[in-house]
Amino acid sequence: MKYQTQKVAYPFFVMALVLFAAQVIFGTMAGLVYVMPEFLSEAMPFHIMRMSHTNLLIVWLLIGFFGATYYLLPEETENEIYSPTLAYLQLAIFVFAGAAALIGYQFGIHEGRHYLEQPVWVKVLLTISFLMFLFNASLTVLKGRKTAISVVLMLGLWLAAIFWLFAFYTPDNMSLDKMYWWYIVHIWVEGVWELIMASLLGFLLIKMTGVDREVIEKWLYVIVGLALFTGLLGTGHHYYWIGTPGYWQPIGGFFSALEVLPFFAMVVFAFYMFWRGRRNHPNQAAVLWTLGTVVMAFFGAGVWGFMHTLSFINFYTHGTQITAAHGHLAFFGAYVMLNLAIISYAMPHLRGMQPYNQILNMWSFWIMTSAMAFMTFALTFAGVVQTHLQRVMGMSFMEVQDQLQLFYVFRLGAGIAVVIGVALFLYAMFGPARTQVPASAAQAPAGG
Amino acid sequence: MMEGLSRAAARNIFLGGSLFFFVVFVALTAHSHWYIVTQSTDHAGLTESVKHGKEVWEEHSCINCHTLLGEGAYFGPELGNVWVRYGGPDSPEGARAGIKAWMQIQPTGIPGRRQMPNFDLTDAELDALVDFFEWMSRINTQGWPPHVAG
Repeated sequence: MKYQTQKVAYPFFVMALVLFAAQVIFGTMAGLVYVMPEFLSEAMPFHIMRMSHTNLLIVWLLIGFFGATYYLLPEETENEIYSPTLAYLQLAIFVFAGAAALIGYQFGIHEGRHYLEQPVWVKVLLTISFLMFLFNASLTVLKGRKTAISVVLMLGLWLAAIFWLFAFYTPDNMSLDKMYWWYIVHIWVEGVWELIMASLLGFLLIKMTGVDREVIEKWLYVIVGLALFTGLLGTGHHYYWIGTPGYWQPIGGFFSALEVLPFFAMVVFAFYMFWRGRRNHPNQAAVLWTLGTVVMAFFGAGVWGFMHTLSFINFYTHGTQITAAHGHLAFFGAYVMLNLAIISYAMPHLRGMQPYNQILNMWSFWIMTSAMAFMTFALTFAGVVQTHLQRVMGMSFMEVQDQLQLFYVFRLGAGIAVVIGVALFLYAMFGPARTQVPASAAQAPAGG
Repeated sequence: MMEGLSRAAARNIFLGGSLFFFVVFVALTAHSHWYIVTQSTDHAGLTESVKHGKEVWEEHSCINCHTLLGEGAYFGPELGNVWVRYGGPDSPEGARAGIKAWMQIQPTGIPGRRQMPNFDLTDAELDALVDFFEWMSRINTQGWPPHVAG
């Protein structure tokens, strides 16, 4: 760790991972309800479990992004964080607001739009915290060296905050409500969050491959260009059936089919840089997560998204388990694994050690990743059967659900495996550090 | 790869192109806003009761089990066309009574079946919710869903 204030990232990563653990536990409980419908049906109905699961995901990913930003900005800007105190305060507010929302949900205190269930005062606190973060990070960038990585990262974070403001606008007309709801949800995950993803990836690749910044940053601009050129009008794939005009079918279909390109470019980018760099970085676990995130994002967000994005296919698959399959693998591949890559890379520096517990970390990678892949396959098969029975044959919803039981059992099993993988990851990060640095890398330069 | 492209050129293409697509996106959604308000939904027919029904829908977070026009959770049936599924267009009174009765007998307590909580809605809230469903069912959704099953 070159700069003292990089340690600001540590409590962010701790909180992110604690909330991640809670997220997968709620998810597994919801998966259990599909198999045992009476499970907690009075004490914690399904809708409470689900909003807890999805909200925790979004909150911990954002905290992870904040932490990653505080970690990399000193190295990118070559100066210290503007105000560590402000960072800690901002984290405290964010965690307090998130925890208050989560606890409130258990007592039925929530609002109604999905992913935006937080009471208004919680949304206000989250906004204040986000603005404090942006202020702190932007001033850090302004007083230091301005690299493409830090500029693209800050652009992504600022845009995320700006589009979040649509959370405060709830029109009475449900079609309008839905149209602007996607201004947040789609433009985040298939737009501006990709700026965050690509810039964090660029940082990791510079550090771990040693390839010239000039080359990495050029790729970065090409990738984020592809992301926004396709992702903005790609929003149209949510505007097929909600009361919006018919022209969204060709426009949304065309541009969202191309949304696979930035994810494909990220795969090529990461593998090409590691090939070109030829440096044997001692933190093999971080390398694994970095290569893993681009591959799984390509399949989850790219391929699984493409599968049902054309309007004449989506007409039949919209709102089935196909969507659930895509949602799970896309979030996991693109944003969960990215956070775990950054955390795997940064934690040894933050703890003042050589890379440690790498074998355990790699076990958690393979368990979590294969379990998520299995879950995605199970839900995809469920979705194909559901699409045929319900959308082609016209069987009723609950009759069809009875036919999908086996897939839901598979999904539950996969969920339990994910929980085990997450537990291993937490232990690998925070448990006692045993073996440090694999033997093959002992002579290689540590390199950042 | 990409030797012919300089970093500054890549940055300018990114910024210029993104701005262009953003402007196009905003223009199209502005037109869509106009289309929703004037063409595809009964905007003038947003009565106090329909608005109240939407609030009931939101207050109980129905979207975290059900879908509405295909969006939401996939645990319970689609409700954008529940009014049609209950025969509302032909028999409004029957559909209204049917939907309200269904809400009131929850949870069914049938073993092995997904349980919907009873939200203890008042008669006025139930009526508002039904009005909201009726209003939703008249949105021009380009023919979706393919079957009345939702």
